[in-house]
Amino acid sequence: MPLYEIHVNGETKQVDVDSDTPVLWVLRDNLRLLGTKYGCGIAHCGACTIHLDGDAVRSCAYPISAVGNKKVTTIEGLSKDGNHPVQKAWLEHDVPQCGYCQAGQIMTASSLLAQNSTPSDEEIRRAMNGNICRCATYTRINRAIRTASKDM
Amino acid sequence: MAKVKTHVNRRSFLKLSAAGSTGLLIQFSWFSSLAKENPNLEAAYELNGFIQIHTDGIVTIASPNPEIGQNVKTSMPMIVAEELDVNWENVRVVQAPLNTAIFTRQLAGGSRSISQSWDALRMAGATARHMLVKAAAKGWNVPIAEIEVSKGIISHKITGNSTGFGKMAEAASKLEIPEEIDVKNIKDFKIIRHSKYNVDGPDIVTGKAVFGLDVYSENMVFASILHPPAFGMKLKSYDASEALAMKGINDVFTIQTYPEDFVRGPFDTSAFPELIVITGDSTWRIMKAKKKINVEWIPIESHTIKVKGFRNPKAKEQTIPSGMEETSSQYISMIKKSKEKAKEVRKDGDPEKAFSEAVKVIERTYTAPYLAHSPLEPLNFYANVTDDKAELIGPIQTPEYMEKSVAKRLGMTLEQIDIQMTRIGGGFGRKLYGHYLVEAALISQKIKKPVKLIYTREDDMTFGAYRPIYHAYYRAGLDADNNLIAFHVKAGGIPESPLYANRFPAGTVDNYIAEEWAIESNITTAAFRAPRSNFMGAVEQAFLDEVAELAGKDPIEFRLELFEKAIKNPVGDKNDYDPKRYAGVLKLIRDKAKWGTSKQGLSRGVAAYFCHDSYVANVVDLRMENDKPVIEKVYCATDCGIVVNPIAASNMVEGGSVDGIGHALYSMLTINKGRPEQNNFHDYHLIRNNDAPWDVETYFVDSDVHPTGLGEPPFAPAIGALTNALYKATSKRYYHQPFMIDIEEKYLRNNENV
Repeated sequence: MPLYEIHVNGETKQVDVDSDTPVLWVLRDNLRLLGTKYGCGIAHCGACTIHLDGDAVRSCAYPISAVGNKKVTTIEGLSKDGNHPVQKAWLEHDVPQCGYCQAGQIMTASSLLAQNSTPSDEEIRRAMNGNICRCATYTRINRAIRTASKDM
Repeated sequence: MAKVKTHVNRRSFLKLSAAGSTGLLIQFSWFSSLAKENPNLEAAYELNGFIQIHTDGIVTIASPNPEIGQNVKTSMPMIVAEELDVNWENVRVVQAPLNTAIFTRQLAGGSRSISQSWDALRMAGATARHMLVKAAAKGWNVPIAEIEVSKGIISHKITGNSTGFGKMAEAASKLEIPEEIDVKNIKDFKIIRHSKYNVDGPDIVTGKAVFGLDVYSENMVFASILHPPAFGMKLKSYDASEALAMKGINDVFTIQTYPEDFVRGPFDTSAFPELIVITGDSTWRIMKAKKKINVEWIPIESHTIKVKGFRNPKAKEQTIPSGMEETSSQYISMIKKSKEKAKEVRKDGDPEKAFSEAVKVIERTYTAPYLAHSPLEPLNFYANVTDDKAELIGPIQTPEYMEKSVAKRLGMTLEQIDIQMTRIGGGFGRKLYGHYLVEAALISQKIKKPVKLIYTREDDMTFGAYRPIYHAYYRAGLDADNNLIAFHVKAGGIPESPLYANRFPAGTVDNYIAEEWAIESNITTAAFRAPRSNFMGAVEQAFLDEVAELAGKDPIEFRLELFEKAIKNPVGDKNDYDPKRYAGVLKLIRDKAKWGTSKQGLSRGVAAYFCHDSYVANVVDLRMENDKPVIEKVYCATDCGIVVNPIAASNMVEGGSVDGIGHALYSMLTINKGRPEQNNFHDYHLIRNNDAPWDVETYFVDSDVHPTGLGEPPFAPAIGALTNALYKATSKRYYHQPFMIDIEEKYLRNNENV
């Protein structure tokens, strides 16, 4: 069985999984990093969003064999104490309802702001379009991103 | 100062006890308010909530209702903390375990969590405070009246005595509970009506919050199910040899969730009582291997099942018809059925005479499709069933009901069932129906190992229990002065009618008739956010907009005239709404949205609706771009009584409005030869960020009355206002949801004369 080395949140881990295993299930079933969620399995809802070398990626459709040396960051590794500007803004705007999609939303938003610290409203909506919030907290998500943008 | 009873007929709603060295434990009945109407109701006296005052001054409040995003885990403890006068920073909130011996109605649904427990929570907090103060007065030998409490500190100015709650906890536990207790004046609230952040917020934004899907244990086996691909089918045989040869696969077998003679509870809905199960060592491997199982499915015969009702515990026979249904033929059946004689539910005056005398008559027909609830956390449950115990952990809105079903199905006693509630990753009604909990338990019982059952998104979306498909016909008659003199509503659906016969405009029209019908089906349906109202509220408000136009009146003025009539001279005595409060939200939205003014390039529509005891009015501002609406603003005015936690209430209204608008524009589940035609988010369209309203502004009526529901009321009126704004923008009326699909062209045009 293939053995993979994966760099997650600053640590190197070894996992023994099939080569086509999506990173999502490696994180959850093997590494028990449970903040990254399963929502659709086909990269259409964004609940599983992680960073791969800083880029937002849907981990449910990204096989472990394609990760190589890239650095994986999950919601657990986004900041040391939950003090990333996006996380702080999320609390300030009291964004979550059920909360299930929010880790994915935060990972997409933080990647957007890392690449464009002053996005326009339209750029925010477009960047966040791949992340479904079934509770429909979109108004607050976008407000929180505007607030975080001032803090980046 | 208002008083709340702690006893009825000498029976207490509270019990105080010393919690060992850890302080004071106050158990109380969460539903004591039920005793007001029925003093002999046992459930009203069951001690089902607790407050623990620790010696270090920390106060723990248990929230018994499942948290599904409706903020009860924050809002309910706020009510206790207010009356207790504790520092909110020192309050810890825990999810209470399911325990039917001491908890009752542990259910998230019907927007009733806060409404039903308001009095009880105030009583519990106020009693705890009173007992602590009394203990201090006794200990210091001073009059109670001279003692002050602020933020968990008890003090007596004259003697200079001062102490924390924790220090008085033990002494308080030995005192007698008074017959009734003073609760605060509403104007003195320091916590209620003041925004408090979601207590789970920090855990959610760091990925630490535990949902059902996050429950893992050592030696756990992963399981997934295969169900028939179409409604009206069942399993004949299968060959799993290829799957079983794959790495990490343990076993493939079948389970009977609900055998044919099993008397089902009200939440045991499942179209597929027999399933194939696959188990293995990881989620990914079972997901891969289940696709390699070759299955032969065959049509079901028409049959009956026994089901207990939600209110009526007596089991009734329910017919499950055979056959593979189609969306297109369902529209035809509804059109036919709506033209047949239906059941009259309410009649005032002489509607037919009034219609014949009317100067103008307008009639319109509306429809809405199946919706898949699609909570983002798919159905899942963890089960560890041994010979003498069933440990069940996961997302469930009805733990109390499912406990009974699973005990009966496993052949165990209620005491042997331990259901633990996790945070729920959305439900919208779907997680009221706990077949997946029973399935997980049966799998674990069979393989004698802890198991985690996971539905894939495809399983979740194609398993059924959808929002029913609805149809409504409306007719209105105006006299020469453009007064509404006759009103007719005839509504039905598959498999249930959405009608509320006693809602507005009932009570405002002298000649009124409401009728309903239903068509049987083997496609299972379920309560969906704002059940029935999610359709009736939306279409009633769209129809009234047309009636107002026909009368040549402003849509708000037209409605206010009707409410004026219902206030002064109501028709009938069964009207279920308060016309003053209804008119109140319309007046508030008129002011806040500056109704009558217009913004360059924007079209606006208005609507208002009452459900779950609350009133919501909306104004939607939009413009069309590439045949799609760009919704720049939604204004919402809400009257839900006292607003317990403004920041969370506003969140609920913002989300509820966008949710309603999203479903009305985009979402639809269709059926072809019994098969759901959509199975994941690439073809089932939920509203996304780029299509969502850019902004939602929320306003609340300043109110001193008992708080009421908030999870469901904002959904329907937002759709009404959207529909009416779309007309202004396009000069076209929209009758068939979802508006972005041409239902008329696809399903209706050739069938109108059937």
